[in-house]
Amino acid sequence: MPHTDAAAVALARDGDSEAFRALVDRHSRAVYRLAHRMTGNPQDAEDVVQETFLKAYRQLGRFESRANFGTWLHRICVNCSIDLIRSRKHQEAGHDAADLETLDSVDEHRVDPSPERLMLSSEVQERVGRAMEELTAMERAAFVLRHFEGQSIEEISGALGLKANAAKHSIFRAVRKMRLALEPFVES
Amino acid sequence: MSTTLHLNDDDLVLHYYGEMTPAEEANAGAHLASCAHCQASYAKLQRVMAFVDSAPAVEAAPGFERIAWARLEPALPAPRRASLPGMLAWFVLSPARLAFTAGIVMLIGAAFMAGRMTRQAAPAAASQIVQSAEKVRERILLVDLGEHLDRSQMVLVELVSAPLNDDSGGSVDISLEQSRAEQLVSANRLYRQTALSTGDAAMASVLDELERVLVDVAASPSTVTQEDLDMVRRRIESKELLFKVRVVSSQVRDRQRAETRQLTAGSTLGS
Repeated sequence: MPHTDAAAVALARDGDSEAFRALVDRHSRAVYRLAHRMTGNPQDAEDVVQETFLKAYRQLGRFESRANFGTWLHRICVNCSIDLIRSRKHQEAGHDAADLETLDSVDEHRVDPSPERLMLSSEVQERVGRAMEELTAMERAAFVLRHFEGQSIEEISGALGLKANAAKHSIFRAVRKMRLALEPFVES
Repeated sequence: MSTTLHLNDDDLVLHYYGEMTPAEEANAGAHLASCAHCQASYAKLQRVMAFVDSAPAVEAAPGFERIAWARLEPALPAPRRASLPGMLAWFVLSPARLAFTAGIVMLIGAAFMAGRMTRQAAPAAASQIVQSAEKVRERILLVDLGEHLDRSQMVLVELVSAPLNDDSGGSVDISLEQSRAEQLVSANRLYRQTALSTGDAAMASVLDELERVLVDVAASPSTVTQEDLDMVRRRIESKELLFKVRVVSSQVRDRQRAETRQLTAGSTLGS
């Protein structure tokens, strides 16, 4: 197995599938984590991982060996996730204020009075996961790109094919939902 | 934005992400420095975001790398140096590619025929021919899907009934089933995605369950312990996968027969 990504890429470019396999072994977990964050479900995440590596394989010739392979792959994964989300845009049903109220009322009685303990607890993690699930695909993608990927609203609007105002409002709605889900913990 | 007005939730989000213009940022900063109410709101937002950050990303299951590779490898383009027999095997062993190619050939054929006939007949006749070609293409895809399901059934049956090899210390050689599973994975994925995109949720669900077993088998070592094989068998049996595959396979055959009847009726009427 080649020791570095650069060596593996060089061999893979010449058709060495074992070298490409080494790259898959090294990076598929990180790609999955990002794909899951972007898409919100395991099946879509697996499909995005597959598409990401397929695209990477086809575009190996364009990869500059001075660049970081992981970063390059990360970018392809974001694009593949966005492609998948955009392809399903028309199927997406928006969540309205009623959804927010439902989300707010869920499990309110389970709020624990000790924030220090909760910060570390799986309950908070579960709550964040569930709040993320309540986001529409566009809200989720916009929020993940802004919050976890550090992209600007302008970049996000370009990537998601939205007007800047729509991208901004997707983020506002996402944050509002996260606040409704998590503020009971914060206030306790 | 005035320094005397409170910042609303959206302003706080923009401030948090540094998305305000310099002028807005200066106003917001000045207001926040002097307004206890907005300071409290902003602190609450920061704590919510800290909670969001505290949730770890979802991790892939153990062995995901092997599974990812098993799904990926059959879909990778053939190496440039591939020999002719290798390329033929890649082509012949991929029913989805065959179906796609056959469909394209039929459509091109139909378009060609439609072009020739249009010169002689009314446009409506050409449209009928294209519709008929579409039916033929659908039928070819159904035939292909039926064969894929049959091949998958064979792999499942072989796995469920694979005998224990006592000479090899309780291990079982599944290299044949493994190689068949590898060949079926990428085609299965295409069929599943097609079923999803056409809204056939029941078919997509069965193909999804099937794909997971195929991927696991493809990613297994060629010789497995009896315990590993039992686990695969339990998985097939607990989800009644074999039964489900038989049911959808039978449904596909019914659809094929219906398509054939329609085509035959169409050609009889047309002659």
